[in-house]
Amino acid sequence: MTLDAADRQLIDSYQRNLPVCERPYEEIARSLGLTEAEVIHRLSALQEKQVLSRVGPVFEHSQAGASLLAAVAAPEAQMDLVAARINRAPGVNHNYAREHTYNLWFVMTAPDHELLDEHLDELEHELRLPMLRLPMVEGYHIDLGFDIDWEALS
Amino acid sequence: MSQPFSADYLPRDSATSRSTEVSAWGLLRLRKQLEQGLPLTPRPFQTLAERTGLSEQEVMDAITQWQSDGLIKRFGLVVKHRTLGYNANAMVVWNIPDEQVQALGKAMAAVPFITLCYQRPRRLPDWPYNLFCMIHGTNRERVLAQLACLIDDQNLQHIQHAVLFSNKAYRQRGGRYVSHD
Repeated sequence: MTLDAADRQLIDSYQRNLPVCERPYEEIARSLGLTEAEVIHRLSALQEKQVLSRVGPVFEHSQAGASLLAAVAAPEAQMDLVAARINRAPGVNHNYAREHTYNLWFVMTAPDHELLDEHLDELEHELRLPMLRLPMVEGYHIDLGFDIDWEALS
Repeated sequence: MSQPFSADYLPRDSATSRSTEVSAWGLLRLRKQLEQGLPLTPRPFQTLAERTGLSEQEVMDAITQWQSDGLIKRFGLVVKHRTLGYNANAMVVWNIPDEQVQALGKAMAAVPFITLCYQRPRRLPDWPYNLFCMIHGTNRERVLAQLACLIDDQNLQHIQHAVLFSNKAYRQRGGRYVSHD
C-alpha cells in the first residue's frame, strides 16, 4: 500500500491529540495546508482502504469494562473452525493465529468481570479445549500511537 | 442478572437528579457511538450530539473529561499496521523473576519498537511467562534483529522466553464494551 505525502502526514500527525472543537477536520486541514473537505475525503478513503480502522478514541481497557487475553491450543487442521467459533462468542475483538502450541490468541471484552467469566466458561465448554486466561496484572506501555517507519515500508 | 453496562463512566450523582439521569443515558449512548469511531462530518461532535440526545458542547466536554480521567487513553487515527505492510508481529513472552518484572516492564515499554508491554500471571505448568511485549515490524528478520538488540541491551540472555509470531488475524477491531454484538 503506497500513500502520498499528505496521507502520511495525516497519519504521522494525528494518531493522538485530535482536536476537540466544533470543526476538528478544519483545524487539521489548516495545520497541514489542506482543505477541510480534503481531510474528510482522505480519512474516509483511508478507512475504506483499511489503512485506518477508525478515527476516534482508544479506550483504556481496565477502566472501560472487563477484558482478558486468552489462548487455546487448537488442532492444526481445525484452526479456522475454532477461530470462527471464537469470533462468534460475544465481545471478541482480537483473534490471532500464533506460532506456538497455544496457537489461537484472542481478547474478549464484556461490561463486567462476571459476564466476562460467564462468556469464557461457555466458550471453553463449547470448544472442549483447555484455555489459558491471562488477565493484565500491570500495563507498562502508554499508548501514544505508533511511529510509522515509511522508509522500511517503501 | 448482570447490568447491561459498566457504570464507571456515569456521573456520580446520576441517581439523585432526574436531569443528570437523562444525560447519563446520553453519555452511555455517546460511549457506544464513539466505539464505532468519530463521524466524518464537518461537525462530528454535533453529529454525535444528534445521535445521543446531548448537546454538542456536552459531547465535547465529556470527551475532554474522559481524556483527562484516562478512560480515553488516545484520541486520534487508529492505524491498521498490517495493511500498511507491517506484516510481522511477534508477541514475545518472558519468564522474569518476580522481583525484577516491574523494572524490566518499564524498561521494555520505553523501547521504541515495542508497541505494548504487559505483566500477566503465570499458569504453571503450561505457561511460565509473566511479561508480554509486542514487536511490530515489516518482516520477520527485522523483528528478530530488534529482539536480539533488546536481549543485548537489557541483559536478558539467560531469561527463558518464547517468540510467538502471528501468521493470521481472524479479527482485529477496537474494544466494544457497551455495544451489542
